[in-house]
Amino acid sequence: MLKVKGVKKSYKKGGLFSTERQEVLKDVSFECENGVCLGIIGESGSGKSTLGRLMLGIEKPDHGSILFNGKEVENREVRLGNISAVFQDYKSSINPFFTVEEAIMEPLIIKNKNKKENQSKIDQLLYRVGLNPSYRNKYPHELSGGEAQRVGIARAISAEPTCLLLDEAISSLDISVQTQVLNLLKELKNIYNMSFIFITHDIQAAAYICDRVIIFKDGKIEEIVEIEQLKNVQSDYAKQLLQSLITF
Amino acid sequence: MRIFKNLSKDKLATISVTVIVVTIIVGLFAPFFAPHDPNQVNMSLRYASSSWEYLLGNDHLGRCILSRIIYGIRPSVLWVLVALFISVLIGAVLGFLSGYFRGKVDAFIMRVCDIMLSFPGYVMTLAIVGILGVGLGNILIAFILVKWAWFARVIRTSVMQYSELEYVKFSKASGISDLKIIYKHLVPVTFSDIAVISSSSIGSMILQISGFSFLGLGIQAPNAEWGMMLNEAREVMFTRPELMLAPGLAIVIVVSAFNFLSDALQVALDPKLLNSKKRPQQKSPTTTVKIQKKEVAH
Repeated sequence: MLKVKGVKKSYKKGGLFSTERQEVLKDVSFECENGVCLGIIGESGSGKSTLGRLMLGIEKPDHGSILFNGKEVENREVRLGNISAVFQDYKSSINPFFTVEEAIMEPLIIKNKNKKENQSKIDQLLYRVGLNPSYRNKYPHELSGGEAQRVGIARAISAEPTCLLLDEAISSLDISVQTQVLNLLKELKNIYNMSFIFITHDIQAAAYICDRVIIFKDGKIEEIVEIEQLKNVQSDYAKQLLQSLITF
Repeated sequence: MRIFKNLSKDKLATISVTVIVVTIIVGLFAPFFAPHDPNQVNMSLRYASSSWEYLLGNDHLGRCILSRIIYGIRPSVLWVLVALFISVLIGAVLGFLSGYFRGKVDAFIMRVCDIMLSFPGYVMTLAIVGILGVGLGNILIAFILVKWAWFARVIRTSVMQYSELEYVKFSKASGISDLKIIYKHLVPVTFSDIAVISSSSIGSMILQISGFSFLGLGIQAPNAEWGMMLNEAREVMFTRPELMLAPGLAIVIVVSAFNFLSDALQVALDPKLLNSKKRPQQKSPTTTVKIQKKEVAH
């Protein structure tokens, strides 16, 4: 469904006339099928988030293509209502002038102009992410981090996208809330049959929710491994990564 | 509406808004409010001090100072507001374009801005007035040409800062059109910045236009303008200093009203002041039973 083919991306380093470029992604190719939860694991600065931005069509790759159902993801019409995202920073995830209701309504209104249906849907969505309908009229600064992140998830799933990208979506939450959100995501996956792309540096969280994991290093795919096979990784880096894990 | 509610809590802001609104209304309907014709010369009343008929007295040609102040609102405040609005509009459009789309658009617009900004403002205005000729309209055109680059710069920075935020990224990712994102997400958050910079620059613009009229480059005699009134009073500065008071105070009051308003706007536009519902006001726990000292002490 989502197909990444030979993607390269580099950014300009230095000022206006410098020609020096830093390569962030070096020839990345993989595929994500319908209903699969794909994890992308890597350390900070490995290019995971850049890859995420490219897959969301916010930026264009220098080389290669990213196809969603066979069409270029850069095209706004392709993304409309099909792709959605949850980001790391819950503080800026909702427009400070919007109430929770307006925020969730934003992607909803594209698909369905009927206000009444949407209203009842918002209640349902809030209930699904474990929030009370009374939250509808709250402003973002009145929400805690966990609540804001849940609203973010509710907003992301409101248009029932087929693909949801989570870029470090749980990393900024504390552990108890993390498990709640992970369980919620698992549940949602079963309900809506969405595919997730779960970008994280937290292997445990990835192992908990993902079906398949891409281990990412220095802008390259080190290894793609099914979650059951995570113990038998081949590459040195993946082994090292798993060993450095602190287990409780 | 919410902005007005927040502003009304601030006394200084309320006073500033009142001063500004009254000034604008009086300026718009100057013929109704002015007690006399501002250009009517009456040499027998030369330098007359204030009387019931001429509340602020008369100037060196015996003209009514109050009427001249009221008519002077038009060029000094109203036309300045128009010039400000146009230059903010140009600056905002270009600033949004370059801040949101970045890349080549941004580079091009910013280089043009750099060129505009590399000329010192006063010299540029003088040059344009020199080319187009003396007159209020030309000074206003010069103002617009000089100021838009500065507004575009400031607005671009503000837009850039907000267009990186996650809710904008989310809207982009979910395929909402750029125009809608700018209108729904970026305009409200940058509006406070725009309001603050424009209300703080209006003070300097009023002072500048008064300054140019003082130099004789702005509005031409016999029409009234605050800066020109100051210039006329300058000749008798030591014998009749009170003639400088009325236009000088008018400028000071209006400029400070705009400055206070810009301070207050910064606070009033803060979304953190939005509250979903009115918080129940906490009542201080006053006890209903008053213990009387005498009864306890004994």
